[in-house]
Parts: sequence; C-alpha cells; structure tokens
Amino acid sequence: MNLTLKIWRQKDSNAKGQMVDYKVTDISEHMSFLEMMDVLNEQLVNTGEEPVAFDHDCREGICGMCSLYINGEAHGPDRGVTTCQLHMRMFKDGDTITIEPWRAAAFPVIKDLVVDRTSFERIQQAGGYISVNTSGNTQDANAIPISKHAADEAMDAATCIGCGACVATCKNSSAMLFVGAKVSQYALLPQGQVEATDRVMNMVKQMDLEGFGNCTNTGACEIECPKGISLENIARMNREFLKATIKG
Amino acid sequence: MSGFLKSSIGRKVAMALSAFFLMFFLIIHLAVNITSLFSPDLFNELSHFMGTNPLVQLALQPVLIFGVVFHFVMGFVLELKNRKAIGVKYAQNNGAANSTWMSRNMIISGVVVLAFILLHFIDFWIPELNVKYIHGDMSGLLPDGESYRYFEELQHKFVSPIRVGAYVIAFVLLGLHLAHGFTSAFQSMGATAGRKKTMQQIGKAYSVIIPLGFIIIALFHHFNH
Amino acid sequence: MALDSKVPKGPIKDKWTDYKNKINLVNPANKRHIDVIVVGTGLAGGSAAATLAELGYNVKAFAYQDSPRRAHSIAAQGGINAAKNYQGDGDSTYRLFYDTVKGGDYRSREANVYRLAEVSANIIDQCVAQGVPFARDYGGLLDNRSFGGVLVSRTFYAKGQTGQQLLLGAYSAMNRQIARGKIEMFNRHEMLDVVVVDGKARGIIARNLITGEIERHSAHAVVIASGGYGNVYFLSTNAMGSNATAAWKIHKKGAYFANPCFTQIHPTCIPRSGDYQSKLTLMSESLRNDGRIWVPKNMEDVMAIREGRKKPTDLSEDERDYYLERRYPAFGNLVPRDVASRAAKERCDAGYGVNATGEAVYLDFASAIERYGKEQAKIHNIDNPTEAKIYELGKGIVEAKYGNLFQMYEKIVDEDPYKTPMMIYPATHYTMGGVWVDYNLMTTIPGCYCIGEANFSDHGANRLGASALMQGLADGYFVLPYTIGDYLADDIRTGKIPTNSKEFEEAEKAVTDRINFFINNNGTKSVDHFHKRLGKVMWDKVGMARNEQGLKEAMAEIKQIREEFWKDVKVPGNANEMNPELEKAGRVADFLELGELFAKDALMREESCGGHFREESVEESGEQKGEAKRNDKDFAFVAAWEYKGEPADAVLHKEELEFKDIELKQRSYK
Repeated sequence: MNLTLKIWRQKDSNAKGQMVDYKVTDISEHMSFLEMMDVLNEQLVNTGEEPVAFDHDCREGICGMCSLYINGEAHGPDRGVTTCQLHMRMFKDGDTITIEPWRAAAFPVIKDLVVDRTSFERIQQAGGYISVNTSGNTQDANAIPISKHAADEAMDAATCIGCGACVATCKNSSAMLFVGAKVSQYALLPQGQVEATDRVMNMVKQMDLEGFGNCTNTGACEIECPKGISLENIARMNREFLKATIKG
Repeated sequence: MSGFLKSSIGRKVAMALSAFFLMFFLIIHLAVNITSLFSPDLFNELSHFMGTNPLVQLALQPVLIFGVVFHFVMGFVLELKNRKAIGVKYAQNNGAANSTWMSRNMIISGVVVLAFILLHFIDFWIPELNVKYIHGDMSGLLPDGESYRYFEELQHKFVSPIRVGAYVIAFVLLGLHLAHGFTSAFQSMGATAGRKKTMQQIGKAYSVIIPLGFIIIALFHHFNH
Repeated sequence: MALDSKVPKGPIKDKWTDYKNKINLVNPANKRHIDVIVVGTGLAGGSAAATLAELGYNVKAFAYQDSPRRAHSIAAQGGINAAKNYQGDGDSTYRLFYDTVKGGDYRSREANVYRLAEVSANIIDQCVAQGVPFARDYGGLLDNRSFGGVLVSRTFYAKGQTGQQLLLGAYSAMNRQIARGKIEMFNRHEMLDVVVVDGKARGIIARNLITGEIERHSAHAVVIASGGYGNVYFLSTNAMGSNATAAWKIHKKGAYFANPCFTQIHPTCIPRSGDYQSKLTLMSESLRNDGRIWVPKNMEDVMAIREGRKKPTDLSEDERDYYLERRYPAFGNLVPRDVASRAAKERCDAGYGVNATGEAVYLDFASAIERYGKEQAKIHNIDNPTEAKIYELGKGIVEAKYGNLFQMYEKIVDEDPYKTPMMIYPATHYTMGGVWVDYNLMTTIPGCYCIGEANFSDHGANRLGASALMQGLADGYFVLPYTIGDYLADDIRTGKIPTNSKEFEEAEKAVTDRINFFINNNGTKSVDHFHKRLGKVMWDKVGMARNEQGLKEAMAEIKQIREEFWKDVKVPGNANEMNPELEKAGRVADFLELGELFAKDALMREESCGGHFREESVEESGEQKGEAKRNDKDFAFVAAWEYKGEPADAVLHKEELEFKDIELKQRSYK
C-alpha cells in the first residue's frame, strides 16, 4: 500500500519543530509500524536526507522504549500493543498517518519523535524500591507466604513497561497510572509495608515536582496502556496517600 | 495540611470531599423540591424549616457556600496546572477513542453549572435573603398572612419558558458533570479499588435521577400553574 | 600469554567458600575512594552496579537506552533456575551443576558452573526480598515449572515476564543507590573504547548519544556487562540496539574472545515474513510441551499450501510428517533447542518449508486441544461430548496456559493459532561465547571484568532454558562483588585516576577520528545494507549447520563486505547531535570483524557440540547415525582468541577443560 505520513520533525530540544509530509510506497500489510518507519528512513538516507529519529529497541513490546502518537492515539489505533507490535494491516492503502512524539511538559522533545522520559527515572529513584541490600543470607524466599491473589495482583501492577503512553494520552499529562502501578505493586506485598508511608509521599512529591498534571479519572490511560495496567492502581495509590497523610 | 493541599492527590481529595458534600446537598435539595409535585403544604413546611432553622441557616449554609466556592476555585486551580503540564498540543488527538466527552470536559460542564448557580442565586437566594434578613420578615408568609409563600413563588418562577429552558440545559450539563464526577470523586478517595463496576453503576443512576428530578419539577410547574 | 583460569584448589564444593575466606577485602572507609565503571545495565550490569554501590564503591553506570530498565534482559520470558528443591523432587546444587554442564555439552568450566549452582538459591531469596512478584501457589509459597533438558522442577517464574520482573528488581536496587548518590547513571551513553593505563583498565571513552559529546570517564576497574552479539546475524531475537561494541573494544585492547561460534539458535520463533523484517520474535519454549511440530509429507501439498490452494488443516494425519517424533521417538517434540532447530532446518532445506519464504514449519495444537478437551469432559462428567464441546473445553485449557503467547502470535501474523497451526522457525537467540574470563570474572586485561551474556560464560556450547537469568544475576549480585574486591584491595592508595593522561587522549582521539570518518565518508550505501549482507552470510554459512568450505567462504565474504563498508558506507547527519545512523555504523563495523572471527572459530572447531554443528562431524553408524558427534579428545578446550589486527590473524589460546566431577557422555535423545 501507499501512504502519506505527516511526521513531527525537530532538530534538537531547542529548535522549533514542524510537521513534514512524506510518501512511502509498497508497504506490506505484514510489516510492523516501525518496519514501515525503517523503510522511510532507508529511503531518506538514500536521498541524502536525515532520517527520522524515533526511540525503539526490543521490538517485541516489553522494553518500553518505543513511543509515537499515531493518528491521535498513543501506540496507534490497536489495543494492548506497543508501537513496535502495531502492524500495517491496521491501515488502508492511501491513508494519511499523523505521527507525533509524546506530548507533555515533563517529556521534552530531544529530537524528532524522541522524548526525554527521565522524569520517570527520578520518580522511581524517589522511592520505587524496597531498601534491602544484596546479601547471601537474606531470609528464605518461602519464609513469608504471600497469597496467590495478592501476588497475582502485584504482578499485574508490576507489568508496567514505563513507556509513558499513559502520560501521553492523558489530557492533563498526568503520571498517576505509572506511579500508581509501582506504589500498588509494593503496597500489595508484605515486603513493601515497612516503607509504605515514605514511599508514596516521596514518589507523589517527585511526580508533582516534575510537572505532571492531575488525574481527572478519564480512564484514557488504562485503555491506551499497552499492558492494560488497571485504573484501580490509581485508586490504591490515592488510598495509600491518604493513609500516609493521616499517619503523618 | 497546607502541604497536603499542595500535592496533586491532596487537591483531588479536597475536590472529592467538596463534591461529596455538594452531591449530598443535591439529594436533600431534590427531596425537598420533589414534594412540590404532590403536596404544596409539605413543600411549604419543609421550605420554611430549611429557610429559618438556625442550624441550617447558620451552620450548613455557610459550609455549602464554602463548598461551592472551594469546588470551583480548586477546579480552576487544577485546570490551570493541567494546562501547564500539557506543554505543546497534539496536531491530531483522538480523545474519543479512549475516554468519554464528560470526563474530558468537566471544566465546560462545570462552568455551565457555575453560571446556573449564579442565576439560581439571583432567582431564589438573593430575594430570599432580602426578605428574611434585610426586611426582617422571617414568617415565610404571603402578604395575606395566612399561607406560606414558598410554593407560590416556586410556581411563579417557572412561568417563563426561557428560564425553564435554561434550567433544563443547566441540569443536563449537571447530569453530564455528575456522570463522570460521581465515580471520579470516589476514585480520588481511593474508594473504587476492587468495586469499580458497582461504583460506576451507582454513579450512572445518580447522575440521571438527580438532574431528571429537577427537570421534571421545572417542567411540571411550567405546565401546571 | 598463558591462560590462567585461577580456579582455586580443593574439592569442588569447597572452592567458592574457601576462596571467599581467603581473598583480600577493602575496608569500608576505603571503598569510597574507589571508582568502578559498569557498562550495561541488564541483569548482570544492573545487579553488579547496585551491589557494588551498596558496598560503598562509587559506581558509574552506562546504558545506551534512556533507562536501565530497558536493557534486553527485560525480554526473557520463561523463568530462572535455582536449586531450591522446594518441590522436594530431588534437586540439589550438584544436580543443577550436573545438568548445566551436560546441557552445555561439556564445554564449560566445572568450577564456575558449580559456583553458579551454589549461589542460585540466594538469587531467589534476594529477589523476593526486593519485591519481585514471582508466581505462587494457593498456599502462598513459590511455584515452580519445569524446563527442557532436566528432570526436576526448579524454574521460578513471573507469568511470561520473568526477565522483566527480575530486571525491574535490579533496577529498583539501582534506583536506591542513584538516589543515595552512590551510582552516577549515564543513560543514552555508549562506551566506545576502554582506556588501559600501565597495563590496567582505568576508564572508558563514551559518547553522549543526545549531544554527541565524547566523554572521558576514569575508574579503578571497568566491568563490561553489555550482553551478547546475536545481532551479528542482523535478524535475531535480540533488541535492535543490542551490540558487541563494548566487548569487541576490550578484545581489541587485549581481552581474549572465547568460543564465538557457540551461539544458540532457538527453535520456536515467528518466521520471517519478508525482506523488510527488522527482528524476530521468540515464542516461549514451553509451547513445545503441547504443540506437535510437522511439515507436509508430499511436495505437492507444500506447494499447494504456499500458493494458498490448501490449508494445513486440510491435510490428513498420514499426509503429515511429524519429523521430531519420527526421528527422536524418546524425546519427540521436547528435544533440546539445538536438536529441534537443526531438524527444522533440515526439512526446510529439503524444500518442505510451509510459508512463502520456505522457512517455516508448523507447531500444531489441535491434538493438545482434543486431548485436554476429552480430559475435561471426563472431569465434568459429560457423556458423549460433541466435537464442538471437546474443542471448546480443550481450547479453554490451552488458552489458560499459553493465552498471551497465542495473542502475541495473532497480532504479528494475523492468524488464529487455535484454528490453524502456528508457523515457527529457528532464530538466533543467545550467544554462549564471549569475552574470556578467569574464575574471578576478570578478562585478560587486569582490572577489566566481564559478566553476564557478554562473557564466554558457564553455558559451554549450549545453554539450558532459564539459565541465562540465573547466570546474569549470579555474576552481578554474588560473584563479582567479591572477586573485584580482591583486585581493588591494591588500589586503596591509588587516588583518583586522572583523565588527562596520554592514554585517555589517544583513546579519545581514535574514537573521534572514527566518528569523523563515518560522517565524512560520503558513501552510497546505508549501514543496514551492509548489516543485512553480513547477516545473510552468517545465517547461510555460519548458521545452524556449518562446513569447512562454507566457513572459508564466509570468512572471505565477510572480509569483502567489511572492506566495502569502509569504502562505501553512508552516514547522514552530524557527529555532534543525536544520530542513530552513526551509532549503528559503529556497531556494524565491529560486527563485521566479530563475524569473521566467529567463522574462524567455527572452522577451527572440527567437532559438533551444542549449538555448533559441523556437517563433517556426525555419527556415521549405529543408533545415533546422523547426529552430532563431539570430539572430546581433541576439542575439550575453550578457544580464546587474541586480537592481532585482522580477525583472520587472531591467535588461538587453549584453556584445557578438566572434568573431575562429571563423567563425559554422549547426549542421546533417541
């Protein structure tokens, strides 16, 4: 199929960007979206133009590196997939596809479609861990039984890949789903209880400092999340936050 | 506590708490008004009680006013922060693909409801204050001195089709505001974890019944005076 | 230089304990005067960085991605082995040790493997303490599953995302140290050379991938944890950015590179669909527990299927060739990875491949669905169930077991694997070879360590399932933090390493010159053009089956491609900006050298063992006729190559392997 692509081009973080039109031809419906981008870039290199920079790595939907806002949706029109798992059969011959970077004040553009997500890193550093040193004599893994239900729920929260689609999708650029998932994972496990108060307070504080917006509970993040992280994690974080506030 | 109100979650909790109060108030308000459909006398009794009881007037009423003002001010504060958080806007954004119109436009439905409340103040509340506290007439009686004035005043207000139209529009918007706001408030309080479905159903019912009740009252009196 | 593996004396089960009791330690107050660089933040690098920082060293960690959490360890699906014996099925440190050495076809170092088995149980304890949500049973205790090649259930898992959860555990430990200031994290940075001062590794040259700035970083020791080199094949299950540059740079500065030809080709991957393909996706090995692998018996059916005139479901049982069951009646579809991969290649080479590219075989779940369906009907007391009912019940079970994999397959291929058999084909997955290290995990450059998949590792010639995660974390959490201390104990009075020395200057200049060369070369062909050509040679001639002639041709062809690359490669953009094409150019340049050494190593190793199959070395008679033939008399050694300029000139050093605790045996799956 033949397609028209409208792509955001921006030289670096200080430059002013703009949408630029490109044409690609003979795109197979079996290609992944990023393979289509590879075709475009190969074409650009051959004609002496600078290829479009975009983040990607594992190309199997787990590393969380790929992003892209495609036709007005994070990771494109398919559900439960990252951009690298999106396939061209979702599009039709002759389509015009708009491709933009994640937009959020806390995710500044580095180049073209590449954004800086280190705000997520700093939130994790503020408390996204359990303070346990490596040692060869930690207590036995089976010393504390954890109910299957709690372990499964913690696992569901922990599957977040940190791609940032939740922020990109949110009309307020809120990071609540991302932060809520991490807070939830530890809140559901006994190992996480000791530091629960400080963790939620510090992570929320850092989230606010980074300039993410407030949660309006539209639920868009949950729908666009490639891993289906549930909105309940936000509710759980809210509860943890209230609990921590009351405890002081 | 000031630290709490500076945090994003704290603000949303405050938003939710004020919303709970307002939603509770709506139930009371509707319960009183609905009596006007079948018993003018009961309506008058209740109105008089609400209008003159010192607990209601001096304790609940200021809290209500504070709640309304707080909810709106905080709503705007959040909106401003959110706009700042967005940065550059998308050239193409398909919000309808993943969220409801109501959830994305709380500020619009909220502003319409705010406009309505102003109208409502002018219509009911300021004349009421005028009669009770400027003229000092706490009797609640018509000039004939025999019966209460509330029911008659109510009927009188709904004569104008324009006003009734404005009421209907405002209540539709209130319904939309509630359709998202009800569950959203519980979600902000962390109360939805594990029972999201139930909360959504209650929210749906609430957001239909309350505005519909008010609309029926307005239309009823418009066509029955 | 003679290779000294520095394996401690004494009985194998006491070696590690005795070693730990006798090594030099660094006093806590002195550790804060010592800097360590860790390149790569996957399971090995991430766990090492976190642990070294906890101990008090100043760690500088480097990742080319925008976060340590994105390292490709994250993509590991199945699980992690540990000799916990929670199932009470007779597992022990010795059994895990034995299985790993045997599974590796007796080409690994006994002492290292035993140590790995010994610390494996600690890994699980550590990860649980970190909050890794491993799967649990209804009693709240940890669950296990079993994996190919072993007779016990010792694999711990977190759904199909064990690698992700373990990496996030190590990442969280890193985050804690980053917040404390003990790890300085350099995201979007790529190491482009190691700096050797007075014979010791003392720093690296790195490029800031956002600004293009070339930076000097000094340290008292350098740890390379940059993963494997599977992308030498262009198409592999590795991430797009996975590269061998860090490992290859230290090789060029004096670290020997061992057993490059030991590469694992994983049998169950989604086949290539066209020339545009950028990577291959793995489908978990666990699918072979229930799936039956086949191709059509008759060539007419193959053609009919390729042309779309027939569907695989149209073929009756006797028109199908279940070739694994036919060839290996004892193990059937559950033969080890290398055997299953070669068998698929054999059928496809014979022309029986079932997709347009001719490189695909079927993995069929119809009989599993039927079997489970009948079982369920009995359990639910349904008499004379209809076929539809059986299918429905059976599908439910298969869905519960493999639902997410089936969904992934459907997203990629657009076919419903419940209704029509899956298509699979082998793909490069893991590299057992890598930088040679001694018992301390130190390379032949003093002060330069190599851990995880990047080193030549404990997996010998073939890695068992769920062992990669174990090795990465063992190296990072429990081995390197001890062994590096023994070396650093001599450095407590050294003080900060200056970066203005002539060694740093020279290294930086070499890096800058090479970058400028690429930018100014003005060639006519893209980097990918050369990478794809290299990949094709590697796959065709140094792939699943190798022979002398093909390997010689491969060496010549790779050399040819390399020469063309340097003449004609085109890199757009500038050096001082984010430039993905420039990054790729540097990586492919290194692959073009590594590929040739790979072929040279394969040519030298005139035996078939593990992932390395030489067509000349097969059993010629008896029950094992046609199967891989190992030659323990002549090839029971690690081949460590010393760099001498051209890859073809590399000098071979042999580390003879001694097997004192395990008897060498032929693997048989008949």
